[in-house]
Amino acid sequence: MSLQVELVSPERILWSGEAEIVIARTAGGDIAFMTGHAPFVGILGVGLVRIKPTGSSTEEVAAVHGGFIEVKDNRVTVLSDVAELASQIDVERARAAQRRAEEARRASGDVDSDAAVRRAQVRLEAAGVTTGAGTH
Amino acid sequence: MAGGQERILRRRIKSVQSTKKITKAMELIAASRIVKAQARVAAARPYSDQITEVIRNLAAAGAASSNPLLVPRDEVRTVGYVVVTADRGLAGGYNSNVIRAAERDLQARRAEGKEYSLILVGKKAANYFRFRGYTIDAQFAGFSDAPTYENAREVAREVMQRYRDGSIDHVELAYTQFRSVATQRVEVRRFLPLEAAAITEAASTGPQADYEFEPAPGAILDEIVPRYVESRLFAAFLDAAASEHAARQRAMKSATDNADELIKVLVRQMNRARQDSITTEIIEIASGAEALAAAKGGVDLLRDRLVDQDFLGTDPTNLYQSRRTATTE
Repeated sequence: MSLQVELVSPERILWSGEAEIVIARTAGGDIAFMTGHAPFVGILGVGLVRIKPTGSSTEEVAAVHGGFIEVKDNRVTVLSDVAELASQIDVERARAAQRRAEEARRASGDVDSDAAVRRAQVRLEAAGVTTGAGTH
Repeated sequence: MAGGQERILRRRIKSVQSTKKITKAMELIAASRIVKAQARVAAARPYSDQITEVIRNLAAAGAASSNPLLVPRDEVRTVGYVVVTADRGLAGGYNSNVIRAAERDLQARRAEGKEYSLILVGKKAANYFRFRGYTIDAQFAGFSDAPTYENAREVAREVMQRYRDGSIDHVELAYTQFRSVATQRVEVRRFLPLEAAAITEAASTGPQADYEFEPAPGAILDEIVPRYVESRLFAAFLDAAASEHAARQRAMKSATDNADELIKVLVRQMNRARQDSITTEIIEIASGAEALAAAKGGVDLLRDRLVDQDFLGTDPTNLYQSRRTATTE
């Protein structure tokens, strides 16, 4: 018995399949789901969603910038209007975005640019690239 | 002069033919885009289905539906219209059908003494309403044939903003629903406040499962309802895009058929004109020759040379002789 997982963006289904465990970052912190989890609905923060597919040793990692997660009857649905699979992230572009976001933050220092920097970091984290030192 | 007629027709045929080439190309492009647009409509469905289900669960769990986007206002003074058209024409009645439906609704509400507010998507709607002297509150363009979620989010933000700050109390959405390649229908339907029927129904049936919520259901609902609004608008955009391509394909197909028909008629006319001019020329030559012969005293020059040879017996030398005289004469 395993989880049926769907990672859904407004334009298409990004990933679907069976998994042993799904780890996501909700507003309250990281939460992991395995089979038999109680029905759950939560808001996702900016962070990674990690899916370990059944019978596979490699994890599917996605950068999710907000969204919702619903768990019911061993079905996990991640809804996110901005989500990217790690394998589809263009590292060069993500780096450039991070640089831009950091510059913007230095210039203005407001909450919006903070969020932009965080998004850029999460994207790079998902792609498996360590974020530059001194950004935290 | 007879040849002039022919030349004019030939030029017209050429111009119709090149027009036909263009319409044919547009027809094929539109046809291939319909397929793509349909696929996008299908691909967007899981998200909106899921988001609806989550909202239903929240409502069933007793999330207070006090969200302003869900509650109709007691007094509606201003009605907002989101009109979804294309950026380009050459799509038959596609644009004007949507615009006319929206305008009719708008005028009916105006007769009831309500204000209007226009939020226009697509260049065609903007052009029309500007020309007619309507006040346009916001306009978006440049993505009608392949809208992204980001486009829908942008428009939805504008609409929700105006709805929240009270400058509009009710929003109607006018777009073309894509039913099949053969059928598209213009819809003018309520967009905001959201139809809460499904939600209240779920709430009355009670929770189906004991959900854990993080944070509280009400807070999740406040977060998810705007996403739901966006996804509904996105769905409308995708439908409109598919309809646009279908309408364009149909319009271009009939244009191509018309061009074929026109070419057939013109070619027939041109051939007749050419026949006429050839006949006229032959008559001219023949009558000219006759006149010349008559002037020379009844000798038919043509026949004289070629056929009416005097063969002097059967002697081959004579025959040769006679041929020589015939050719050198």
